[in-house]
Amino acid sequence: MEKKEIRFKINGEDTVISIKPNKTLLEMIREDLKLTGTKEACDHGECGACTVLINGVPVNSCLVLAMEAHGKEILTIEGLKQDDRLDPIQEAFIQNTGMQCGFCTPGMIMSTKALLNRNPKPNDDEIKEAIAGNLCRCTGYTKIFESIKDASSKIGGK
Amino acid sequence: MVIFYRRLPKFEYIKPESQNMLFEILSDNKNCSVYAGGTDLIPKLKKRLIKPPDVLIDLKGLNELDYIKIEGGTLKIGALSTIYSVATSKIVIEKFNILSQAAKSIAAFQIQNRGTIVGNICNAVPSADSAPALLVLNAKLNIKKKDGSRKVNIDEFFIGPNKTVLDKDEIVTEVEISEVPSSFKGIYYKLSTRGKMDLATVGVAVLLGSDNGRFSDIRIGLGAVAPTPIRAKRAEELLKGEKINKELINNAARIASDESSPIDDHRASATYRKIMVETLVKRAICRLTEVG
Ligand SMILES: Cc1cc2nc3c(=O)[nH]c(=O)nc-3n(C[C@H](O)[C@H](O)[C@H](O)COP(=O)(O)OP(=O)(O)OC[C@H]3O[C@@H](n4cnc5c(N)ncnc54)[C@H](O)[C@@H]3O)c2cc1C
Ligand code: FES
Ligand code: FES
Repeated sequence: MEKKEIRFKINGEDTVISIKPNKTLLEMIREDLKLTGTKEACDHGECGACTVLINGVPVNSCLVLAMEAHGKEILTIEGLKQDDRLDPIQEAFIQNTGMQCGFCTPGMIMSTKALLNRNPKPNDDEIKEAIAGNLCRCTGYTKIFESIKDASSKIGGK
Repeated sequence: MVIFYRRLPKFEYIKPESQNMLFEILSDNKNCSVYAGGTDLIPKLKKRLIKPPDVLIDLKGLNELDYIKIEGGTLKIGALSTIYSVATSKIVIEKFNILSQAAKSIAAFQIQNRGTIVGNICNAVPSADSAPALLVLNAKLNIKKKDGSRKVNIDEFFIGPNKTVLDKDEIVTEVEISEVPSSFKGIYYKLSTRGKMDLATVGVAVLLGSDNGRFSDIRIGLGAVAPTPIRAKRAEELLKGEKINKELINNAARIASDESSPIDDHRASATYRKIMVETLVKRAICRLTEVG
């Protein structure tokens, strides 16, 4: 099982790396690129902790092979801040205490990012649908929901 | 002791850029496996539920198989069309609504963005949500291999849990659905404890054509209640051509339930599933015919 070279963009940076075919995108992001913001929990597509955007679309990186990143643009939680400013979604999660232990938070925020890119003013049902694949053991979701509403009002206007 | 694997077993990875290349590899008789979204295959490999292939073949290099289009009234869905793209396709919503309902009922966006409708069918679990809808739409599958192609009706495609008529050197390239009269109406009910986030405990698809208060056409598809997704043909026969009335609908629902052969598992008992087939078939037909 030989390593193969792949090229892709992650958080805006061109990257070249040699990787084994049986590595997942999640393993590559955390172990090879040392971007540990993206979390590993269920490892089977059920929980959304590992959510990243590939070409703007949210996916569970635990179900994607690293090889498939070739030629793509990947966005992880580390790529959200611009210069030293946090993304408005990150700000909103902080201001509304949208997390407790924080383990689901990167995935939640990436799903929110995909939602608000596509639909800056989602209604309540659209918000719930967008984070249906992101499980949280701590918050009961209310604070997360409020954070997303706040982020949307900042980004999409009232 | 239960071993909890997280890592993938070893395999080589190939992403053919053309169908010729793909079929060359497949006809070579190596131990290989194709995949599209990987949302079924990757977890199975991680859990060691299947023997790892020597070569994993990624179909996503075949860009020409990523389409949803209408040709002469016939809907054509390529093997790379994702669940999300089918769920949100304007053509599907307007002309084949029951299929968009079924696609919408499959999992979260993260899965819908990767998983394909063709993968859902080829994986061939009894609970595959697109299957009951495709059964009532009389979908056909276009299958190709190195030196040939064939067309298989979906009701002949499944032969058991995780088993289809596909040979190792074949792939499904397309799902084809003939035009449905615009007066037809359809409903897909997915019974599940966590909505679209869990697999169906029971899936019921009903497609209805009515004319002058009669059932001009009625098709009932059932998921998760037999070794494969099935049509409830005897229930359909009872209704076809008859005047729409409550008693007949009740009888048909009972027959549909008799036609199912569910198993007990951690989601539900066989008895509960049978009862829910009757309930949901009745509910779907009543809703579509507006019979109280
Ligand atoms: C968290 C989670 C939730 C899910 N929820 C649901 C749900 O609610 N309802 C539901 O029905 N499913 C569900 N699934 C299952 C899965 O997402 C779907 O079945 C999906 O449609 C599979 O498509 P895929 O492209 O990812 O298939 P893959 O994993 O790529 O392939 C599945 C199988 O089909 C074969 N295959 C794929 N494409 C072809 C082809 N063109 N020709 C021949 N063989 C092919 C592969 O060899 C493999 O055996 C869920 C999965 C996960 C991980
Ligand atoms: S770790 Fe990927 S979905 Fe749970
Ligand atoms: S904050 Fe702990 S899992 Fe969500």
